[in-house]
Amino acid sequence: MAHAHSHDHSHGHDDGHVVPEATFLKILIALLVLTVITVLAAKVDMGKWNIVGAMVIASIKASLVILVFMHGKYENRILWTYILIPFILLAILIGGVFTDDPFRSHPKPVEVQKLKAT
Amino acid sequence: MSAHATTAHNEELNYLNWKTGIWSWLSSTDHKRICFLYLFTILIFFFVGGIAALLMRLELATTGPTIPSVVTSPHIYNVLFTLHGVFMIFLFVVPGIPATLGNFLIPLMIGAKDVAFPRLNLFSYYLYVIGALIGALSLWNPFSGLTAVDTGWTFYAPYSTTTGSSVSLMVFAAFVLGFSSILTGLNFIVTIHQLRAPGMTWMRLPVFIWASYATAIIQTVATPVVGMTLLLIIAERVFGAGIFDPTKGGDPVLMEHLFWFYSHPVVYIMVLPAFGVVGEIIPVFSRKPLFGYKMVVLSSMAIAAVGFVVWAHHMFVSGISDFSAIFFSLVTFLVAIPTAIKVFNWVSTMYKGSISFTTPMLYAMAFVFLFMIAGTTGIYLAMLGVDVYYHDTYFVVAHFHYTIQGGAVIGLIAALHYWFPKMSGKMYNETLSKIAFALVFIGFNLTFIPQFILGMDGMPRRYYNYPPEYQNMHTLSTIGAFMNGVGYTFALVNLLMTALFGKVKAPRNPYNSVGLEWQTASPPIHENFPETPVVDKDPYHYGTPAHV
Amino acid sequence: MSSHAAAAHEVAPGDPPHIHHMDSATAYGAAKLGMWLFLATEILLFAVMFCSFAIMRYYHLDAFHKASHNLNLYAGAFNTAVLLFSSYTAAVAVTKAQRGDNRGVVVNFGISILCGFIFLLVKGYEYSEKAHHGMFPFVWNESFGDYKNFLGIYYCMTGLHALHVIIGMVVMYIYGVRPALKNRYSGRYYTPVELSALYWHLVDLIWIYLFPLLYLVG
Repeated sequence: MAHAHSHDHSHGHDDGHVVPEATFLKILIALLVLTVITVLAAKVDMGKWNIVGAMVIASIKASLVILVFMHGKYENRILWTYILIPFILLAILIGGVFTDDPFRSHPKPVEVQKLKAT
Repeated sequence: MSAHATTAHNEELNYLNWKTGIWSWLSSTDHKRICFLYLFTILIFFFVGGIAALLMRLELATTGPTIPSVVTSPHIYNVLFTLHGVFMIFLFVVPGIPATLGNFLIPLMIGAKDVAFPRLNLFSYYLYVIGALIGALSLWNPFSGLTAVDTGWTFYAPYSTTTGSSVSLMVFAAFVLGFSSILTGLNFIVTIHQLRAPGMTWMRLPVFIWASYATAIIQTVATPVVGMTLLLIIAERVFGAGIFDPTKGGDPVLMEHLFWFYSHPVVYIMVLPAFGVVGEIIPVFSRKPLFGYKMVVLSSMAIAAVGFVVWAHHMFVSGISDFSAIFFSLVTFLVAIPTAIKVFNWVSTMYKGSISFTTPMLYAMAFVFLFMIAGTTGIYLAMLGVDVYYHDTYFVVAHFHYTIQGGAVIGLIAALHYWFPKMSGKMYNETLSKIAFALVFIGFNLTFIPQFILGMDGMPRRYYNYPPEYQNMHTLSTIGAFMNGVGYTFALVNLLMTALFGKVKAPRNPYNSVGLEWQTASPPIHENFPETPVVDKDPYHYGTPAHV
Repeated sequence: MSSHAAAAHEVAPGDPPHIHHMDSATAYGAAKLGMWLFLATEILLFAVMFCSFAIMRYYHLDAFHKASHNLNLYAGAFNTAVLLFSSYTAAVAVTKAQRGDNRGVVVNFGISILCGFIFLLVKGYEYSEKAHHGMFPFVWNESFGDYKNFLGIYYCMTGLHALHVIIGMVVMYIYGVRPALKNRYSGRYYTPVELSALYWHLVDLIWIYLFPLLYLVG
């Protein structure tokens, strides 16, 4: 009765991929190593490149999580579009805000203090 | 299956009568019934927001206090325009076409039995109701010490983060409403991807589906941004985080960036479905295929995409850098192009067609005309020098009412008329609906053309009073507003009365339209189709041999 | 056609549930797309905080450096490792479910949930340390004025993240552990396990960016 519906073996297997536990373990080790690297790299001061380096390493870690842990490697174009959209929008948001603030002509801080004193 | 099953009154079974009782409606996961749940609720808020507007227009009808017994102080006027904006935008137009017609039509048009996640659909509705109740609560200030919100629907910092009214409650309501919107959008995206009938390829989809798809994407990805921004306003008020407070090193303009990042795309949420509606109606009543189907599809997606990079055109005079202003002005001009393409497509569809001036067609044609005015006045506002003058004047008010009301609301009314036979199984009286249309159209233009003139003369928006020189235009505008209100009331009451008491039964396909929703009964059975349809034709084959 | 409705309530362990308007393969695809879309909305929620962080840091670089050094780097790094490990066990849980190993699902999701608890405990410790020094909302010591901007964002971001950790733990329990205890999953049906794991991975993903920004770069 409950088995009356079809024996469609594609049930639940869009990608049909079962990723072995060993693969996940290798990725975990890579992630931990990258974490150590990013902590050590933070001890070296590279000025404004600090944040770039940290973000690059973080993005490598994120890519590993998305591609392997989250089965991203096996997903189709539609899904990938929706994975990428939030990152693109984040870039647009930060990019847009940064066309504004750094290019404003602000009164210099010392002038603000002068105003306060009067 | 249900061809010979009937109700107790010997009517054919359909989604309206197969289960009765109020609980069967309130707990229904049927997308068609959820459409009606939304429809009744959003129309209530339409009327409440409309009354707020009429009170404002009454007060503005003459210089000096006009209705001092109601608008007892400038503060009350500010509460009224806040109420009007919040209710109309968040409780009426944003759910608007998607939550009603979108819910009803999307599964039907793609040949599916329901949306992808029917229970999530019902949950979205109740989230909306909860958000609406919280919003209403924030107006009737039962908590001592809290007054009704008067910040305007834009909740700008630092006023919203420091003022002592129930702002936190109202922005939390907006957050909940946003969640409802996100889940609806998510549901529709998955539905359109996964549940199309065999043969219903992407390029055979009706443009209403493409429009709803583009809208759903915007709903899903833009709304979280404003949701978080509203939570940050609450954090500022409660914890004093200082992100938007200049005395603590914050930037109030940052709040505007974050707010408008959603609130510009939201206008496309509001109007894109109306584009889809118009794209369905015009071919039917021109007996011609839609001109340039591919371009209409591409332009819908383009509007959604480009709409994400223009937000700071709301902030030209807020103190953003010149570089930023120039960039956003340029991109704003670009977003006009896909819309203009659509206008060409609609007009070209009508060219050499056989036009029937039915009520939906009248509304659709009105839409094209009104949206043209909206779009061109938008171009003026995109020009930096011009905007410095027009910003925060009645010119802007008139512009956005042409887009939202002349666009989205007219689109909703058009859709309600066009699909009324399908949804209710009855035919409404064309004479009455045309009279209502005339009142709406004349009233609307009488309301807002004077407002363009007022704006050009420098009348600021959100002001409760003005010098005598501006009175004539204001008085005209108020007369128009009441005519407009009467027109909408007449149109909707006509439909309601027909739905409840109408006697003329609708045939399956009263206008001989193409499209899967017209191949099933009026009203449809609960499962939509007796058998899953198979599609093998292009979507707009009017007047071609394939069209029976 | 509708006679399935009565039979639908009896679903054998390992079989997909009967959904009246979709077949199982479509339902699986729909569920996965739906969850990824939801994850996209979560990323966009945090995007606002990342943007605020970027701008506030642009204006107050020195204060941010100073305040960041004040955070407990070892707690942050330890928490990073804990979350990465919990992400690993969540991924393994999906493989176990695909193999029909329900016990494996319980064990692995159980470890992930435990890691969540540890994460929250460490976070709670960090917060209480800050409160002790008067660097916490409602007990704020004004002499730390410089730190306020950074800490405002820090509490918003880590607080919101912690909320998602809790949600993730609850989801893994309700949709992973509990059904697996009744042998619900198999190679034919493991959708809730996959979806719960996806959500948990998102929680990990966000922390992957939060940790360097707040603790390392400042």
